[in-house]
Amino acid sequence: MHPAPSVIVFTVLSGLGFGFLAFLGAGVLAPVGVDAFLVFAVAYGFAVVGLVASTFHLGNPQRAWRAFTQWRTSWLSREGWASVATLLVMAPVALMAIFGATPAAIIGLVGAVLALLTVFCTSMIYAQLKTVPRWNHWMTPALFMAFALTGGAMLAGQARLAVVLCLILALLLIANFAQGDGRFAARGSTMETATGLGRIGKVRLFEPPHTGTNYLMREMIHQVGRKHVQKLRVIAVLFAAVLPALVLLVLPTGVPASVLAVALHLPGAFAARWLFFAEAEHVVGLYYGAR
Amino acid sequence: MTELPVSTKKKLGLVIDLDICVGCHACVTSCKGWNTENYGAPLSDMDAYGADPSGTFLNRVHSFEVQPATGPAQTIHFPKSCLHCEDAPCVTVCPTGASYKRQEDGIVLVNESACIGCGLCAWACPYGARELDQAAGVMKKCTLCIDRIYNENLPEVDRVPACVRTCPAGARHFGDLGDPDSAVSQLVADRGGMDLMPELGTKPVNKYLPPRPKDRAPAAPLTPIADVQATGIAGWLDRMLEKF
Repeated sequence: MHPAPSVIVFTVLSGLGFGFLAFLGAGVLAPVGVDAFLVFAVAYGFAVVGLVASTFHLGNPQRAWRAFTQWRTSWLSREGWASVATLLVMAPVALMAIFGATPAAIIGLVGAVLALLTVFCTSMIYAQLKTVPRWNHWMTPALFMAFALTGGAMLAGQARLAVVLCLILALLLIANFAQGDGRFAARGSTMETATGLGRIGKVRLFEPPHTGTNYLMREMIHQVGRKHVQKLRVIAVLFAAVLPALVLLVLPTGVPASVLAVALHLPGAFAARWLFFAEAEHVVGLYYGAR
Repeated sequence: MTELPVSTKKKLGLVIDLDICVGCHACVTSCKGWNTENYGAPLSDMDAYGADPSGTFLNRVHSFEVQPATGPAQTIHFPKSCLHCEDAPCVTVCPTGASYKRQEDGIVLVNESACIGCGLCAWACPYGARELDQAAGVMKKCTLCIDRIYNENLPEVDRVPACVRTCPAGARHFGDLGDPDSAVSQLVADRGGMDLMPELGTKPVNKYLPPRPKDRAPAAPLTPIADVQATGIAGWLDRMLEKF
Protein backbone atom coordinates (compact mmCIF):
# COMPACT_ATOMS: atom_id res chain seq x y z
CA MET A 1 0.00 0.00 0.00
CA HIS A 2 1.15 3.52 -0.78
CA PRO A 3 2.54 5.08 2.41
CA ALA A 4 0.87 8.50 2.01
CA PRO A 5 2.52 11.05 4.34
CA SER A 6 -0.86 12.52 5.38
CA VAL A 7 -2.10 9.15 6.63
CA ILE A 8 1.15 8.34 8.42
CA VAL A 9 1.17 11.74 10.16
CA PHE A 10 -2.52 11.32 10.99
CA THR A 11 -2.23 7.89 12.61
CA VAL A 12 1.02 8.56 14.48
CA LEU A 13 0.23 12.01 15.88
CA SER A 14 -3.46 11.47 16.64
CA GLY A 15 -2.56 8.14 18.28
CA LEU A 16 -0.03 9.90 20.49
CA GLY A 17 -2.44 12.76 21.29
CA PHE A 18 -5.34 10.48 22.19
CA GLY A 19 -3.02 8.22 24.17
CA PHE A 20 -1.92 11.25 26.21
CA LEU A 21 -5.53 12.39 26.62
CA ALA A 22 -6.40 8.95 27.98
CA PHE A 23 -3.79 9.36 30.73
CA LEU A 24 -4.96 12.93 31.46
CA GLY A 25 -8.56 11.77 31.62
CA ALA A 26 -7.65 8.94 33.96
CA GLY A 27 -6.18 11.56 36.27
CA VAL A 28 -2.65 10.16 36.57
CA LEU A 29 -1.42 13.71 36.07
CA ALA A 30 -3.19 16.58 37.84
CA PRO A 31 -1.71 19.79 36.47
CA VAL A 32 -3.19 23.15 37.45
CA GLY A 33 -3.12 26.62 35.92
CA VAL A 34 -0.44 27.34 33.33
CA ASP A 35 0.94 23.80 33.64
CA ALA A 36 -2.51 22.42 32.83
CA PHE A 37 -2.79 24.75 29.85
CA LEU A 38 0.56 23.56 28.45
CA VAL A 39 -0.14 19.89 29.09
CA PHE A 40 -3.59 19.94 27.49
CA ALA A 41 -2.28 22.09 24.63
CA VAL A 42 0.26 19.36 23.82
CA ALA A 43 -2.38 16.59 24.00
CA TYR A 44 -4.97 18.49 21.96
CA GLY A 45 -2.22 19.69 19.60
CA PHE A 46 -1.11 16.18 18.64
CA ALA A 47 -4.70 14.90 18.37
CA VAL A 48 -5.98 17.80 16.29
CA VAL A 49 -2.94 18.13 14.01
CA GLY A 50 -3.29 14.39 13.31
CA LEU A 51 -7.00 14.67 12.56
CA VAL A 52 -6.46 17.68 10.28
CA ALA A 53 -3.70 15.80 8.41
CA SER A 54 -6.19 13.00 7.73
CA THR A 55 -8.29 15.35 5.62
CA PHE A 56 -5.37 16.15 3.30
CA HIS A 57 -5.72 12.95 1.31
CA LEU A 58 -9.43 13.47 0.66
CA GLY A 59 -10.60 14.25 -2.88
CA ASN A 60 -13.37 16.50 -1.55
CA PRO A 61 -12.55 17.55 2.04
CA GLN A 62 -15.32 20.19 2.07
CA ARG A 63 -17.82 17.35 2.48
CA ALA A 64 -15.94 15.73 5.37
CA TRP A 65 -18.92 16.35 7.71
CA ARG A 66 -20.78 13.61 5.83
CA ALA A 67 -18.34 11.09 7.32
CA PHE A 68 -20.33 11.28 10.59
CA THR A 69 -23.42 9.67 9.05
CA GLN A 70 -22.54 5.98 8.62
CA TRP A 71 -21.41 4.95 12.10
CA ARG A 72 -23.56 1.84 11.93
CA THR A 73 -21.29 0.10 9.41
CA SER A 74 -18.17 2.21 8.87
CA TRP A 75 -15.15 2.23 11.18
CA LEU A 76 -14.01 5.48 9.57
CA SER A 77 -17.30 7.09 10.54
CA ARG A 78 -17.08 5.65 14.07
CA GLU A 79 -13.58 7.06 14.37
CA GLY A 80 -14.93 10.50 13.47
CA TRP A 81 -17.56 10.30 16.21
CA ALA A 82 -15.18 8.90 18.82
CA SER A 83 -12.54 11.56 18.15
CA VAL A 84 -14.95 14.50 18.31
CA ALA A 85 -16.65 13.06 21.41
CA THR A 86 -13.26 12.69 23.13
CA LEU A 87 -12.24 16.25 22.35
CA LEU A 88 -15.61 17.59 23.58
CA VAL A 89 -15.75 15.51 26.78
CA MET A 90 -12.15 16.36 27.67
CA ALA A 91 -12.71 20.10 27.10
CA PRO A 92 -14.40 20.77 30.49
CA VAL A 93 -11.72 18.64 32.19
CA ALA A 94 -9.03 20.79 30.58
CA LEU A 95 -10.80 24.10 31.31
CA MET A 96 -11.45 23.25 34.96
CA ALA A 97 -7.82 22.21 35.46
CA ILE A 98 -6.60 25.41 33.82
CA PHE A 99 -8.85 27.62 35.95
CA GLY A 100 -8.00 25.87 39.18
CA ALA A 101 -11.20 23.89 39.77
CA THR A 102 -11.14 20.16 40.42
CA PRO A 103 -12.64 18.35 37.47
CA ALA A 104 -15.12 15.59 38.29
CA ALA A 105 -13.24 12.29 38.00
CA ILE A 106 -16.08 10.61 36.13
CA ILE A 107 -15.93 13.04 33.19
CA GLY A 108 -12.20 12.43 32.86
CA LEU A 109 -12.69 8.67 32.95
CA VAL A 110 -15.34 8.84 30.23
CA GLY A 111 -12.91 10.97 28.21
CA ALA A 112 -10.13 8.41 28.75
CA VAL A 113 -12.33 5.54 27.55
CA LEU A 114 -13.41 7.58 24.51
CA ALA A 115 -9.78 8.44 23.71
CA LEU A 116 -8.80 4.76 23.65
CA LEU A 117 -11.95 3.96 21.67
CA THR A 118 -10.81 6.52 19.07
CA VAL A 119 -7.45 4.77 18.68
CA PHE A 120 -9.23 1.42 18.41
CA CYS A 121 -11.55 2.77 15.68
CA THR A 122 -8.54 4.14 13.77
CA SER A 123 -6.88 0.73 13.89
CA MET A 124 -10.04 -1.04 12.73
CA ILE A 125 -10.14 1.07 9.55
CA TYR A 126 -7.11 -1.00 8.52
CA ALA A 127 -7.70 -4.23 10.44
CA GLN A 128 -11.13 -4.74 8.83
CA LEU A 129 -9.74 -5.01 5.29
CA LYS A 130 -9.69 -8.64 4.13
CA THR A 131 -8.03 -7.40 0.95
CA VAL A 132 -4.84 -6.53 2.87
CA PRO A 133 -4.03 -9.76 4.75
CA ARG A 134 -1.12 -8.22 6.69
CA TRP A 135 -3.53 -5.76 8.34
CA ASN A 136 -6.49 -8.10 8.72
CA HIS A 137 -5.42 -9.41 12.13
CA TRP A 138 -5.93 -8.65 15.86
CA MET A 139 -2.30 -7.51 16.08
CA THR A 140 -3.18 -4.33 14.14
CA PRO A 141 -5.47 -2.90 16.88
CA ALA A 142 -3.07 -4.26 19.52
CA LEU A 143 -0.18 -2.36 17.93
CA PHE A 144 -2.12 0.88 17.53
CA MET A 145 -3.21 0.69 21.19
CA ALA A 146 0.34 -0.14 22.32
CA PHE A 147 1.74 2.87 20.44
CA ALA A 148 -0.91 5.22 21.88
CA LEU A 149 -0.45 3.98 25.44
CA THR A 150 3.36 3.93 25.28
CA GLY A 151 3.60 7.46 23.87
CA GLY A 152 0.89 8.64 26.25
CA ALA A 153 2.68 7.18 29.27
CA MET A 154 5.93 8.89 28.25
CA LEU A 155 4.21 12.27 27.87
CA ALA A 156 2.37 11.76 31.17
CA GLY A 157 5.70 11.18 32.94
CA GLN A 158 4.77 7.63 33.96
CA ALA A 159 8.33 6.35 33.61
CA ARG A 160 7.88 2.87 35.10
CA LEU A 161 4.67 2.14 33.26
CA ALA A 162 6.20 3.52 30.06
CA VAL A 163 9.16 1.13 30.35
CA VAL A 164 6.78 -1.84 30.71
CA LEU A 165 4.72 -0.59 27.76
CA CYS A 166 7.91 -0.13 25.70
CA LEU A 167 8.71 -3.78 26.31
CA ILE A 168 5.21 -4.86 25.24
CA LEU A 169 5.42 -2.59 22.18
CA ALA A 170 8.79 -4.03 21.16
CA LEU A 171 7.54 -7.62 21.48
CA LEU A 172 4.36 -6.82 19.56
CA LEU A 173 6.30 -5.09 16.77
CA ILE A 174 8.71 -8.02 16.40
CA ALA A 175 5.89 -10.58 16.52
CA ASN A 176 3.89 -8.63 13.95
CA PHE A 177 6.87 -8.28 11.59
CA ALA A 178 7.61 -11.99 11.79
CA GLN A 179 4.07 -13.31 11.69
CA GLY A 180 2.80 -10.69 9.23
CA ASP A 181 5.14 -11.93 6.50
CA GLY A 182 3.13 -15.13 6.17
CA ARG A 183 -0.37 -13.69 6.24
CA PHE A 184 -0.75 -13.09 2.50
CA ALA A 185 0.06 -16.70 1.71
CA ALA A 186 -2.18 -17.88 4.56
CA ARG A 187 -5.14 -15.95 3.09
CA GLY A 188 -4.85 -18.24 0.06
CA SER A 189 -5.42 -15.64 -2.66
CA THR A 190 -3.26 -16.30 -5.71
CA MET A 191 -3.31 -15.35 -9.38
CA GLU A 192 -5.13 -18.66 -9.86
CA THR A 193 -7.99 -17.83 -7.46
CA ALA A 194 -8.09 -14.20 -8.65
CA THR A 195 -8.69 -15.27 -12.25
CA GLY A 196 -10.40 -18.62 -11.62
CA LEU A 197 -8.00 -20.08 -14.18
CA GLY A 198 -6.13 -22.31 -11.72
CA ARG A 199 -8.19 -25.26 -12.93
CA ILE A 200 -6.28 -25.08 -16.23
CA GLY A 201 -2.80 -24.47 -14.90
CA LYS A 202 -0.29 -21.97 -13.62
CA VAL A 203 -1.26 -18.34 -14.35
CA ARG A 204 1.09 -15.50 -15.22
CA LEU A 205 0.44 -12.00 -16.52
CA PHE A 206 0.94 -12.00 -20.28
CA GLU A 207 0.08 -8.38 -20.92
CA PRO A 208 -1.20 -5.72 -18.51
CA PRO A 209 -4.38 -3.80 -19.42
CA HIS A 210 -2.41 -0.64 -20.22
CA THR A 211 1.20 0.39 -20.78
CA GLY A 212 1.18 3.11 -18.13
CA THR A 213 0.25 3.14 -14.50
CA ASN A 214 -3.13 3.81 -12.87
CA TYR A 215 -4.74 4.84 -9.58
CA LEU A 216 -4.96 1.25 -8.34
CA MET A 217 -1.30 0.55 -8.97
CA ARG A 218 -0.13 3.81 -7.41
CA GLU A 219 -2.33 3.32 -4.37
CA MET A 220 -2.07 -0.40 -3.74
CA ILE A 221 1.06 -1.78 -5.36
CA HIS A 222 3.94 -0.06 -3.60
CA GLN A 223 7.30 -1.75 -3.91
CA VAL A 224 9.70 1.18 -3.76
CA GLY A 225 10.81 1.10 -0.13
CA ARG A 226 10.68 -2.61 0.50
CA LYS A 227 14.40 -3.11 -0.11
CA HIS A 228 15.30 -1.37 3.18
CA VAL A 229 12.71 -3.28 5.15
CA GLN A 230 15.07 -5.10 7.50
CA LYS A 231 17.00 -1.95 8.45
CA LEU A 232 13.78 0.00 8.99
CA ARG A 233 12.36 -2.75 11.18
CA VAL A 234 15.41 -2.51 13.44
CA ILE A 235 15.16 1.29 13.49
CA ALA A 236 11.45 1.08 14.35
CA VAL A 237 11.93 -1.28 17.32
CA LEU A 238 15.06 0.53 18.54
CA PHE A 239 13.67 4.06 18.42
CA ALA A 240 10.01 3.44 19.24
CA ALA A 241 10.66 1.19 22.24
CA VAL A 242 14.23 0.23 23.21
CA LEU A 243 15.98 3.63 23.35
CA PRO A 244 13.12 5.49 25.10
CA ALA A 245 12.97 2.68 27.68
CA LEU A 246 16.71 3.05 28.34
CA VAL A 247 16.37 6.83 28.67
CA LEU A 248 13.53 6.44 31.17
CA LEU A 249 15.50 3.86 33.16
CA VAL A 250 18.69 5.93 33.30
CA LEU A 251 17.53 9.54 33.63
CA PRO A 252 15.61 10.75 36.70
CA THR A 253 11.86 11.11 36.15
CA GLY A 254 11.01 14.60 34.95
CA VAL A 255 10.20 16.75 31.97
CA PRO A 256 13.64 16.40 30.28
CA ALA A 257 13.48 12.60 30.47
CA SER A 258 9.95 12.57 29.08
CA VAL A 259 10.78 14.96 26.25
CA LEU A 260 13.88 12.99 25.28
CA ALA A 261 11.97 9.69 25.41
CA VAL A 262 9.19 11.05 23.18
CA ALA A 263 11.74 12.64 20.84
CA LEU A 264 13.26 9.19 20.33
CA HIS A 265 9.89 7.40 20.26
CA LEU A 266 8.35 9.53 17.50
CA PRO A 267 10.86 8.75 14.71
CA GLY A 268 10.52 5.08 15.61
CA ALA A 269 6.73 5.36 15.46
CA PHE A 270 6.97 7.06 12.04
CA ALA A 271 9.31 4.32 10.76
CA ALA A 272 6.98 1.61 12.06
CA ARG A 273 3.92 3.26 10.53
CA TRP A 274 5.70 3.81 7.22
CA LEU A 275 6.49 0.08 7.17
CA PHE A 276 2.89 -0.69 8.17
CA PHE A 277 1.80 0.78 4.84
CA ALA A 278 4.79 0.05 2.61
CA GLU A 279 4.94 -3.64 3.55
CA ALA A 280 1.20 -4.23 3.24
CA GLU A 281 0.24 -6.05 0.06
CA HIS A 282 -3.22 -5.73 -1.49
CA VAL A 283 -4.75 -8.72 -3.30
CA VAL A 284 -5.53 -6.54 -6.35
CA GLY A 285 -1.83 -6.76 -7.18
CA LEU A 286 -2.47 -10.35 -8.25
CA TYR A 287 -4.26 -9.08 -11.37
CA TYR A 288 -1.13 -7.12 -12.24
CA GLY A 289 1.27 -9.97 -11.54
CA ALA A 290 2.69 -7.89 -8.71
CA ARG A 291 2.29 -7.41 -4.97
CA MET B 1 -27.14 4.04 3.69
CA THR B 2 -24.11 1.83 3.71
CA GLU B 3 -25.94 -1.06 5.29
CA LEU B 4 -26.28 -3.77 2.67
CA PRO B 5 -29.74 -5.01 1.75
CA VAL B 6 -30.33 -8.41 3.41
CA SER B 7 -31.01 -9.85 -0.03
CA THR B 8 -32.03 -8.56 -3.41
CA LYS B 9 -34.50 -10.55 -5.48
CA LYS B 10 -33.14 -9.13 -8.68
CA LYS B 11 -29.39 -9.45 -9.23
CA LEU B 12 -28.44 -7.61 -12.37
CA GLY B 13 -24.97 -8.39 -13.57
CA LEU B 14 -22.65 -9.53 -16.32
CA VAL B 15 -21.55 -12.93 -17.48
CA ILE B 16 -18.19 -12.82 -19.24
CA ASP B 17 -17.17 -15.67 -21.49
CA LEU B 18 -13.41 -16.16 -21.26
CA ASP B 19 -13.63 -18.72 -24.06
CA ILE B 20 -14.80 -16.08 -26.51
CA CYS B 21 -13.14 -12.81 -25.47
CA VAL B 22 -10.51 -11.87 -28.05
CA GLY B 23 -8.97 -9.05 -26.01
CA CYS B 24 -9.85 -6.26 -28.46
CA HIS B 25 -10.55 -3.70 -25.68
CA ALA B 26 -13.68 -2.46 -27.50
CA CYS B 27 -15.62 -2.80 -24.21
CA VAL B 28 -13.00 -0.63 -22.48
CA THR B 29 -13.36 2.09 -25.10
CA SER B 30 -17.16 2.05 -25.26
CA CYS B 31 -17.37 2.04 -21.46
CA LYS B 32 -15.11 5.05 -21.21
CA GLY B 33 -17.03 6.78 -23.98
CA TRP B 34 -20.50 6.26 -22.52
CA ASN B 35 -19.54 6.97 -18.95
CA THR B 36 -17.51 10.07 -19.68
CA GLU B 37 -20.20 11.65 -21.86
CA ASN B 38 -23.22 10.99 -19.67
CA TYR B 39 -23.98 11.04 -15.90
CA GLY B 40 -21.67 12.47 -13.24
CA ALA B 41 -18.01 13.45 -13.34
CA PRO B 42 -16.26 12.55 -16.62
CA LEU B 43 -13.59 9.83 -16.57
CA SER B 44 -10.56 12.09 -16.67
CA ASP B 45 -7.13 11.44 -18.13
CA MET B 46 -4.05 12.95 -16.55
CA ASP B 47 -1.05 13.95 -18.70
CA ALA B 48 -2.83 12.31 -21.63
CA TYR B 49 -0.29 13.45 -24.24
CA GLY B 50 2.74 13.61 -21.95
CA ALA B 51 5.39 11.20 -20.78
CA ASP B 52 3.36 9.57 -18.00
CA PRO B 53 -0.27 9.27 -19.08
CA SER B 54 -2.88 7.64 -16.86
CA GLY B 55 -6.63 7.80 -16.60
CA THR B 56 -9.80 6.57 -14.97
CA PHE B 57 -11.38 3.45 -16.41
CA LEU B 58 -14.32 1.39 -15.14
CA ASN B 59 -13.38 -1.65 -17.16
CA ARG B 60 -9.95 -2.97 -18.05
CA VAL B 61 -8.83 -6.03 -19.99
CA HIS B 62 -5.91 -8.00 -18.60
CA SER B 63 -4.29 -10.82 -20.59
CA PHE B 64 -3.01 -13.92 -18.83
CA GLU B 65 -0.97 -16.87 -19.96
CA VAL B 66 -1.98 -20.15 -18.37
CA GLN B 67 0.44 -23.06 -18.47
CA PRO B 68 -1.23 -26.48 -18.02
CA ALA B 69 0.77 -29.36 -16.51
CA THR B 70 1.28 -30.76 -20.03
CA GLY B 71 0.90 -29.23 -23.47
CA PRO B 72 1.25 -25.68 -24.73
CA ALA B 73 0.27 -22.54 -22.78
CA GLN B 74 -3.02 -20.74 -23.40
CA THR B 75 -3.58 -16.98 -23.65
CA ILE B 76 -6.76 -15.80 -21.96
CA HIS B 77 -8.08 -12.26 -22.24
CA PHE B 78 -9.72 -11.19 -19.04
CA PRO B 79 -12.05 -8.15 -18.88
CA LYS B 80 -12.59 -6.91 -15.33
CA SER B 81 -15.08 -4.41 -13.95
CA CYS B 82 -17.25 -4.16 -10.81
CA LEU B 83 -18.77 -7.54 -9.92
CA HIS B 84 -21.69 -5.96 -7.96
CA CYS B 85 -21.01 -8.28 -5.01
CA GLU B 86 -23.86 -9.42 -2.79
CA ASP B 87 -21.64 -8.91 0.23
CA ALA B 88 -19.91 -5.80 -1.07
CA PRO B 89 -17.12 -4.73 1.31
CA CYS B 90 -16.78 -1.41 -0.54
CA VAL B 91 -20.26 -0.37 0.61
CA THR B 92 -20.02 -1.00 4.34
CA VAL B 93 -16.68 0.79 4.78
CA CYS B 94 -17.97 4.05 3.27
CA PRO B 95 -18.16 6.72 5.98
CA THR B 96 -20.53 9.05 4.13
CA GLY B 97 -23.19 6.80 2.66
CA ALA B 98 -22.07 7.72 -0.86
CA SER B 99 -21.51 4.06 -1.63
CA TYR B 100 -24.64 1.93 -1.71
CA LYS B 101 -26.20 -1.23 -3.09
CA ARG B 102 -29.67 -0.91 -4.59
CA GLN B 103 -32.40 -3.02 -3.01
CA GLU B 104 -34.37 -3.22 -6.26
CA ASP B 105 -31.72 -4.69 -8.57
CA GLY B 106 -28.52 -5.15 -6.56
CA ILE B 107 -26.48 -2.60 -8.52
CA VAL B 108 -23.65 -1.05 -6.48
CA LEU B 109 -23.43 2.70 -7.06
CA VAL B 110 -21.65 5.82 -5.81
CA ASN B 111 -23.53 9.04 -5.08
CA GLU B 112 -20.83 11.39 -6.30
CA SER B 113 -22.21 14.45 -4.54
CA ALA B 114 -21.75 12.70 -1.17
CA CYS B 115 -18.33 11.14 -1.88
CA ILE B 116 -15.42 12.73 0.01
CA GLY B 117 -12.83 10.82 -2.00
CA CYS B 118 -11.20 9.05 0.96
CA GLY B 119 -10.46 5.99 -1.17
CA LEU B 120 -11.32 3.45 1.52
CA CYS B 121 -13.85 1.65 -0.72
CA ALA B 122 -11.14 1.11 -3.34
CA TRP B 123 -8.96 -0.42 -0.63
CA ALA B 124 -11.81 -2.70 0.45
CA CYS B 125 -12.42 -4.01 -3.09
CA PRO B 126 -10.35 -7.11 -3.95
CA TYR B 127 -10.93 -6.69 -7.68
CA GLY B 128 -9.65 -3.19 -8.35
CA ALA B 129 -13.08 -2.18 -9.60
CA ARG B 130 -13.06 1.33 -8.14
CA GLU B 131 -10.83 4.18 -9.23
CA LEU B 132 -10.64 7.64 -7.68
CA ASP B 133 -10.94 10.17 -10.45
CA GLN B 134 -7.93 12.44 -10.12
CA ALA B 135 -9.68 15.52 -11.56
CA ALA B 136 -13.02 15.29 -9.72
CA GLY B 137 -11.73 13.67 -6.50
CA VAL B 138 -14.67 11.27 -6.38
CA MET B 139 -14.83 7.49 -6.68
CA LYS B 140 -15.84 6.12 -10.09
CA LYS B 141 -17.10 2.64 -10.75
CA CYS B 142 -19.20 0.55 -13.14
CA THR B 143 -22.91 1.41 -12.88
CA LEU B 144 -23.98 -1.43 -15.18
CA CYS B 145 -24.90 1.55 -17.38
CA ILE B 146 -27.92 2.27 -15.22
CA ASP B 147 -28.59 5.24 -17.50
CA ARG B 148 -28.96 2.87 -20.48
CA ILE B 149 -30.66 -0.23 -19.11
CA TYR B 150 -33.75 1.64 -17.84
CA ASN B 151 -33.62 4.40 -20.49
CA GLU B 152 -36.82 4.38 -22.50
CA ASN B 153 -35.45 7.03 -24.84
CA LEU B 154 -33.10 4.42 -26.27
CA PRO B 155 -34.18 1.71 -28.73
CA GLU B 156 -34.75 -1.53 -26.81
CA VAL B 157 -31.69 -3.20 -28.33
CA ASP B 158 -29.50 -0.51 -26.74
CA ARG B 159 -30.89 -0.99 -23.23
CA VAL B 160 -27.89 -3.06 -22.13
CA PRO B 161 -24.54 -1.88 -20.73
CA ALA B 162 -22.32 -0.21 -23.34
CA CYS B 163 -19.67 -2.93 -23.02
CA VAL B 164 -22.22 -5.67 -23.79
CA ARG B 165 -23.73 -3.74 -26.71
CA THR B 166 -20.29 -3.14 -28.18
CA CYS B 167 -18.57 -6.52 -27.80
CA PRO B 168 -17.97 -7.72 -31.38
CA ALA B 169 -17.34 -11.30 -30.28
CA GLY B 170 -20.41 -11.80 -28.07
CA ALA B 171 -18.29 -12.51 -25.02
CA ARG B 172 -20.38 -10.38 -22.66
CA HIS B 173 -23.91 -11.07 -21.46
CA PHE B 174 -26.19 -8.95 -19.30
CA GLY B 175 -29.17 -10.10 -17.28
CA ASP B 176 -30.75 -11.03 -13.97
CA LEU B 177 -28.62 -13.57 -12.15
CA GLY B 178 -31.21 -13.73 -9.36
CA ASP B 179 -33.68 -15.42 -11.73
CA PRO B 180 -32.62 -19.06 -12.26
CA ASP B 181 -34.54 -19.19 -15.56
CA SER B 182 -32.87 -16.15 -17.15
CA ALA B 183 -30.58 -16.64 -20.13
CA VAL B 184 -27.54 -15.56 -18.12
CA SER B 185 -28.33 -17.94 -15.24
CA GLN B 186 -28.76 -20.79 -17.75
CA LEU B 187 -25.42 -19.92 -19.30
CA VAL B 188 -23.74 -19.95 -15.88
CA ALA B 189 -25.32 -23.33 -15.06
CA ASP B 190 -24.38 -24.89 -18.43
CA ARG B 191 -20.81 -23.68 -18.51
CA GLY B 192 -19.83 -23.80 -14.84
CA GLY B 193 -19.67 -20.02 -14.31
CA MET B 194 -17.27 -19.10 -11.55
CA ASP B 195 -16.61 -16.44 -8.90
CA LEU B 196 -13.35 -14.51 -8.67
CA MET B 197 -11.48 -14.85 -5.36
CA PRO B 198 -14.32 -16.79 -3.69
CA GLU B 199 -12.13 -17.16 -0.57
CA LEU B 200 -12.77 -13.51 0.33
CA GLY B 201 -16.51 -14.10 0.76
CA THR B 202 -17.71 -11.17 -1.36
CA LYS B 203 -20.25 -13.29 -3.28
CA PRO B 204 -19.87 -11.57 -6.67
CA VAL B 205 -22.96 -11.37 -8.87
CA ASN B 206 -20.93 -11.20 -12.10
CA LYS B 207 -19.77 -14.61 -13.25
CA TYR B 208 -16.94 -15.71 -15.51
CA LEU B 209 -17.34 -18.65 -17.90
CA PRO B 210 -14.10 -20.66 -17.97
CA PRO B 211 -12.46 -21.37 -21.34
CA ARG B 212 -13.65 -24.65 -22.87
CA PRO B 213 -11.06 -27.46 -22.94
CA LYS B 214 -8.84 -27.17 -26.01
CA ASP B 215 -8.57 -29.93 -28.60
CA ARG B 216 -5.15 -31.50 -28.32
CA ALA B 217 -3.35 -33.02 -31.31
CA PRO B 218 -2.39 -36.65 -30.44
CA ALA B 219 1.30 -35.90 -31.05
CA ALA B 220 3.51 -33.08 -32.25
CA PRO B 221 2.15 -32.12 -35.69
CA LEU B 222 5.37 -32.65 -37.66
CA THR B 223 6.23 -36.10 -36.28
CA PRO B 224 4.37 -38.21 -38.91
CA ILE B 225 5.99 -36.32 -41.79
CA ALA B 226 9.48 -36.93 -40.45
CA ASP B 227 8.77 -40.65 -40.24
CA VAL B 228 7.54 -41.01 -43.85
CA GLN B 229 9.49 -43.72 -45.65
CA ALA B 230 10.40 -42.68 -49.16
CA THR B 231 9.83 -45.28 -51.90
CA GLY B 232 10.90 -45.72 -55.53
CA ILE B 233 13.70 -43.50 -56.88
CA ALA B 234 13.44 -41.19 -53.85
CA GLY B 235 13.79 -44.23 -51.61
CA TRP B 236 16.87 -45.43 -53.53
CA LEU B 237 18.38 -41.91 -53.32
CA ASP B 238 17.58 -41.77 -49.63
CA ARG B 239 19.34 -45.10 -48.98
CA MET B 240 22.33 -44.12 -51.14
CA LEU B 241 22.78 -40.71 -49.46
CA GLU B 242 22.58 -42.31 -46.00
CA LYS B 243 25.78 -44.25 -46.84
CA PHE B 244 27.96 -41.14 -47.25
